[in-house]
Amino acid sequence: MTVGFVMLVHTALERAAQVARHWAESGCPVVIHADAKVPDGDFQAFCDSLGDLENVAFSARRQRCEWGTWGIVGATIEASERMLADHPSLSHVYLASGSCLPLRPVPELVAYLAERPRTDFIESVTIEDVGWSKGGFDHERFSLRFPFSFKRQRFFFDRFVDLQRRFGTVRKLPEGLVPHLGSQWWCLSRRTLEAVLRDPRRSEYDRYFRQVWIPDESYFQSLARLHSVRIESRSLTLSKFDFQGKPHTFYDDHLQLLRRSDCFVARKIWPRAERLYSSLLSNDPRVTKNAEPSPGKIDRLFAKASDLRVRGRSGLYMQSRFPRSDRSAGPYSVFEGFDSLFENFESWLGKVTGCRVHGHLYNPSRVEFSGGEKTYNGCLSDSARLRDYNPCGFLTGLLWNTRGERQCFMFGPADNQYPQVFMAGDPNAQISVITGAWAIGLYRTNITSEVVRKEAARLQRIEHAHVELLRERWTKAQIRIWTLAEFIEAPMDNLQEILDEISLNGPRRLTEAPRLMDLSGFGQFLQQLKNDGMNLHMAGDFPVGHTPAPLNPTARPYLVK
Amino acid sequence: MSLLQSYRLRLRRKRYRLRSLRKGRELRSVVNRTKAIRPNDLLLFSTLRNERVRLPFFLDYYRSKGVGHFLFIDNGSEDGSAAYLGEQPDISLWSTQGSYKASRFGVDWLNRLQARYGHGHWTLVVDPDEFFIYPFCDTRPIQALTDWLDSCGQRSFSAMLLDLYPKGPLDAEPYIEGQDPLEIVHWFDSGNYTISRNHLYNNLWIQGGPRARAFFPDTPKAAPSLNKIPLVKWHRRYAYVQSTHMLLPRGLNKVYEGHGGEMTSGALLHTKFLNTLVEKAEEELERGQHYADSREYRAYHDHLQNGTVLWNRWSEKYINWRQLEILGLMSKGNWA
Repeated sequence: MTVGFVMLVHTALERAAQVARHWAESGCPVVIHADAKVPDGDFQAFCDSLGDLENVAFSARRQRCEWGTWGIVGATIEASERMLADHPSLSHVYLASGSCLPLRPVPELVAYLAERPRTDFIESVTIEDVGWSKGGFDHERFSLRFPFSFKRQRFFFDRFVDLQRRFGTVRKLPEGLVPHLGSQWWCLSRRTLEAVLRDPRRSEYDRYFRQVWIPDESYFQSLARLHSVRIESRSLTLSKFDFQGKPHTFYDDHLQLLRRSDCFVARKIWPRAERLYSSLLSNDPRVTKNAEPSPGKIDRLFAKASDLRVRGRSGLYMQSRFPRSDRSAGPYSVFEGFDSLFENFESWLGKVTGCRVHGHLYNPSRVEFSGGEKTYNGCLSDSARLRDYNPCGFLTGLLWNTRGERQCFMFGPADNQYPQVFMAGDPNAQISVITGAWAIGLYRTNITSEVVRKEAARLQRIEHAHVELLRERWTKAQIRIWTLAEFIEAPMDNLQEILDEISLNGPRRLTEAPRLMDLSGFGQFLQQLKNDGMNLHMAGDFPVGHTPAPLNPTARPYLVK
Repeated sequence: MSLLQSYRLRLRRKRYRLRSLRKGRELRSVVNRTKAIRPNDLLLFSTLRNERVRLPFFLDYYRSKGVGHFLFIDNGSEDGSAAYLGEQPDISLWSTQGSYKASRFGVDWLNRLQARYGHGHWTLVVDPDEFFIYPFCDTRPIQALTDWLDSCGQRSFSAMLLDLYPKGPLDAEPYIEGQDPLEIVHWFDSGNYTISRNHLYNNLWIQGGPRARAFFPDTPKAAPSLNKIPLVKWHRRYAYVQSTHMLLPRGLNKVYEGHGGEMTSGALLHTKFLNTLVEKAEEELERGQHYADSREYRAYHDHLQNGTVLWNRWSEKYINWRQLEILGLMSKGNWA
């Protein structure tokens, strides 16, 4: 009762020899098939290096094992036949590659298999179920023909597939065969393997599988289903594939992970991972704890890696991630007009919400970072020139640098308007606008000259375009727009509505009200502008004699829905 | 991209290759040990001038990372750099008195040597003040990376230039031969880089960092480029276009993902801001052999006189590659 290893090798022969020696010296016979591409000299040296071991044999005929083609299956069949013929006492045959590495002592594997003498460990999934393969065909592997090499004759490969699709040709499956897919690396019981190889209809199956795409992932997987009494649909070999269907490689720094996985064999190992080979190729029973294989941690590691490659970190723009369109790194709030309407709005907002509150980040003369800092998180400079060199990059950079802390900033028609399109399309943005509030600033200068009128007209034009943009249907930001007159009617309710979305501690009653600017006479100011021919419509219908009462947080009961 | 445009780029690449043949004649072989290069060796190419004091640590660093052979071009050093390099067993050395500027800042010379000796090898092109780091560089040699890139079918690898600076004035602490420069300069800017796409060459153009912030706040466009593609599986038909910022054929410049994912990338730790810069800035100003009328060196010179400090309270202290990966300056991609 023991297990024999069939090894398919094509590169890193020294490592393959090292592993073969380990298995052979642990009492397991090994049959090695070397790819026809291995130069004769290298192959001879390889054979010689294992010449002292009598339970290591080599396939007489070296076949070309090109990825995705029949050669691999052919080589496996031939080596397996040799194995069964030479070693009649074997209970299982284990298919491995030259870049496989045993993680647990061989006696443990032998004992594990001895407890399950009739079980076949072969991953075998029907193609009707959820897609198993990564990139590439599922059903079409079996229904089309693939006479051309994927790697060398890609053009013909693709054209021939197109042609067959156009004419809808479908191959007939051998009767009774249900296509299954699974990992190439299996461990079959002697009984099943013999049944597969001695099947009277084998020549029919072989003929069919010769033109199936990647038959090494379907030949034994499908045929075992016809003969096995007990299939454990999993591979004893730990082998993970990335998003392109290419196997992940293990390095020295994976040693602890591999140890703890309790898998029997792992692939593929980087040939120069000296530490892995020197510490794992041992039969020391102390290193493991006889547990069931649990590759969960390694699964997660590789799943995370694939996720990083396919989706990446949202809001990050860097040398190897530069998406055409992406959201920003985290939620932020843009306040337009609030700092004109309220006294010390920024410090009040910071106190109430606990967020980071900046002034006008897009002020044309300098970046108004929170606290008037010259440089900010990530060494962002307050130079307006540097900022305006790439205004959206400035914003995404700031939000990336400060991820984890909500940023709020003031914005208005006097600022650089460039980032408005990005912000409107960014689902992380919360934009609240009081239109026309900027006029309060003009009013407070106490001048009503031609200059002021011109400036008011300019700002109104800019704000009008801005509001039009925010009302586009494609916007993704959370947008609120009031005219000044509308806002003034119920300022506390409106503020509460915004802050409920921001506040770190969830919805809370406002206990402290911000102070409104002194607006007595603002109505007359608007009327004066109007009289001079400039209609400030963005502010709404602001009554001429209106002077709002000071705000009182308790005056209006606020209901939490 | 139109056919015409891609044909133009093809012509441009051929022109650069011809030019490198012509400029390559300025190179005189001093020590040629290239016969010792083995088929899978990683080759490092570098141009230098008066960098003697930096060389011992530089060579040790890259030897430990798995570089198999060094190919240096000495552009008229007067401090014994050539003699020192000549003694090393794994170095081939060429020297030239030709104009650095006229050889497009050394690119023509490098293209020539790379075509001659780099064909079929992974080649790393760095300056003596640049230290290449990449994901897992603390546990895996560069060959682990290049083997993996080979298996992905990727021919080039991005490593953005990351300027390191000291906490105090630039010339406060003298650099001693053999010392790790990171003992003196280990602060960097973590998040003030601006990126745009160059549609002709398909590369990203990265600027920013301390040099843009301190030396070019009013002319950001003039700030130095920080995008670099120093590691390439070289083919004799390839050509660097401008320093190692971009290559032709332009497919080699596609080292970033445009649909949201992250490709694997590294960084070049740039240890220019040592006390040696003071002398260098003066000399280079005099020689006027650097890019755009040496405007960079002019800025250094002016600021060194004023004792400019690049450090501020938002500066990050360099710890390791994992820190850079968390900060989003480089990425593991799907290499795990």
